[in-house]
Amino acid sequence: MMSEKQPLLKIDELRISFNTYAGKVQAVRGVSLTLHAGEVLAMVGESGCGKSVTAQSILQLNPVPPTVVEGGSITLEGKDLLKYSDAEMRKIRGHEISMIFQDPMTSLNPTTRVGKQITEAILKHQKVSRKEAYSRAVDMLRMVGLSNPEQRMRQYPHEFSGGMRQRAMIAMALVCNPKILIADEPTTALDVTIQSQIVDLLLDLRQKLGTAILIITHDMGVVADIADRVAVMYAGVVVEQGSVRDLFYHPRHPYTWGLLDSIPKLDHSDEPLIPIQGTPPDLLNPPKGCPFAARCDYCMAVCHDHLPEETEAGEGHTVRCWLQHEFAPHVNNRFEREDK
Amino acid sequence: MARYFVKRLLMAILTLWLILTATFIMMKSIPGDPFANEKMILPEIRANMEAKYGLDKPLFEQYITYMNNLLHGDFGISFKYKGRSVNEIIATGFPVSAALGLSACAVGLALGIIFGILAAVKRGKWPDYLVIIISILGVSVPAFVFGSLFQYVFAVKLKWFPVAGWGTFAAFVLPTLALGLRMIAYIARMMRTSMLDVMSQDYIKTAKAKGLSGMSIIWKHAFRNAVMPIITVSGSMIASTMVGSFVMENIFNIPGMGKYLVNAVKDSDYTMIMGMTAFYAIIMIVTMLLVDVVYMLVDPRVKMD
Repeated sequence: MMSEKQPLLKIDELRISFNTYAGKVQAVRGVSLTLHAGEVLAMVGESGCGKSVTAQSILQLNPVPPTVVEGGSITLEGKDLLKYSDAEMRKIRGHEISMIFQDPMTSLNPTTRVGKQITEAILKHQKVSRKEAYSRAVDMLRMVGLSNPEQRMRQYPHEFSGGMRQRAMIAMALVCNPKILIADEPTTALDVTIQSQIVDLLLDLRQKLGTAILIITHDMGVVADIADRVAVMYAGVVVEQGSVRDLFYHPRHPYTWGLLDSIPKLDHSDEPLIPIQGTPPDLLNPPKGCPFAARCDYCMAVCHDHLPEETEAGEGHTVRCWLQHEFAPHVNNRFEREDK
Repeated sequence: MARYFVKRLLMAILTLWLILTATFIMMKSIPGDPFANEKMILPEIRANMEAKYGLDKPLFEQYITYMNNLLHGDFGISFKYKGRSVNEIIATGFPVSAALGLSACAVGLALGIIFGILAAVKRGKWPDYLVIIISILGVSVPAFVFGSLFQYVFAVKLKWFPVAGWGTFAAFVLPTLALGLRMIAYIARMMRTSMLDVMSQDYIKTAKAKGLSGMSIIWKHAFRNAVMPIITVSGSMIASTMVGSFVMENIFNIPGMGKYLVNAVKDSDYTMIMGMTAFYAIIMIVTMLLVDVVYMLVDPRVKMD
């Protein structure tokens, strides 16, 4: 199995805070994740749960100040990235790990030709001539499905549509053949039809280039389409982690149930969607127990006082919930289904 | 392209006509006339003078005559400086004022932009505070204070430069600095704000995620986008500085044209007021056009139509 190999990227007990005038916001509170070569790991959760902060911390893109890494480690093939200097990190960024962002409309420099923005990355990381860089960029644009790549190279971002810009962003990110692509909500700002094209493109490129993908999303549909494994985050902690099958057929955490309830279903289109009541906790003063306790339908006394440990619910499937405890009452899990 | 410039030219003519008409109406509605300062003037002499300059004619006729002369590039003869035409006064004063103004603008823009970038990049550290202090001083302390201060320190005490005068490079330095300081302050503050805004944009994060260093991010990605608002304001700033500074030219005894417009209004020197206004307006219109051309070169999103 994959889990026996050394992971490509390992995040261990990562803790990140922001120092603000109001106090210390504990955005990430002990996140552990692993990403294997060629794998797609999806991070899901609602806004403000720490997904983007975790992802950006891998490349140290969070602004300092106010960001403070309080503890933990991020290791890429055994190298601890948190100990890297800025100059050393620059060799990782765009070369070994690339990142694309949510809004392709604002993620490209409006005053620089698209071609130059792509060749810039090549020239930065590889000792090749300008001509070689140019032809690689053209090939990459063709690979991400842009027609007339030579003409596109000369154009400016405002001459591209949103979907084309995201394709250009992906081309830019993958042109140095990185081991990992971090995609921070790559489809959120796009039309639904374009969304599925981008998801298909990412899967296609993963197949061709073997790039591992860490994708952040709050669209469970995208997760089902693209991911091999899923980490569900809530209030700065991973509450459940497992394969896509585990998450959709055997979800164990009440928050995951809540997320699944909030997806519109084609076969039950007349049923109202069930929202999760309440709001996430204030991370200035995070609760000492389970952060989801206040919104949880199955909350017990212990939940308010103690944060549950991660427990194994199956191979590679971990859950942070007191319901997993042997003394916990049995809850009828209506999401439990047979594997198809 | 050609259509665009023809359109701009027509707009410029319309603008100029509106400015001159408005100036004419305002000028004639102010009490007093060019001869009000002459002592004990005999009514007969006054009538002769008015007849000579055409001031006895109906206002509308005066307006038509004046506009017609302007169309032929003739600004008329000054009432105050006897025997000198307004064209001649502009021809001698403008090169001096323009040289001083342009060099002050060059210093102001160059240092202002550099200080602004420095402050933005070192936000919250001492270079930022230093630039903020310079900006506040430069904007709030009147220019003549700096002019006199520079004269005292650098000319009287240190004797590095002449106190006043014109024609040598050494004489050029102090008035350029005194005039440029306000611009440095203004531009630095603006560039800092603009730079901070650009540095928080997504495409800067993209550039960082590509592995670029801080310096290449600033110069290759941030600078060109951050400098846009500076280009916008630099047009009117350059135009207003080129036509001369009343205060600076007085303090440093520079034979520019700064004093003429101010004095013309004081003396009700009609031809001079109109001529100076027309000239200033033309300079302004031309620099605005240049700014728009520069804009198109810097920002590919701006198109000519």
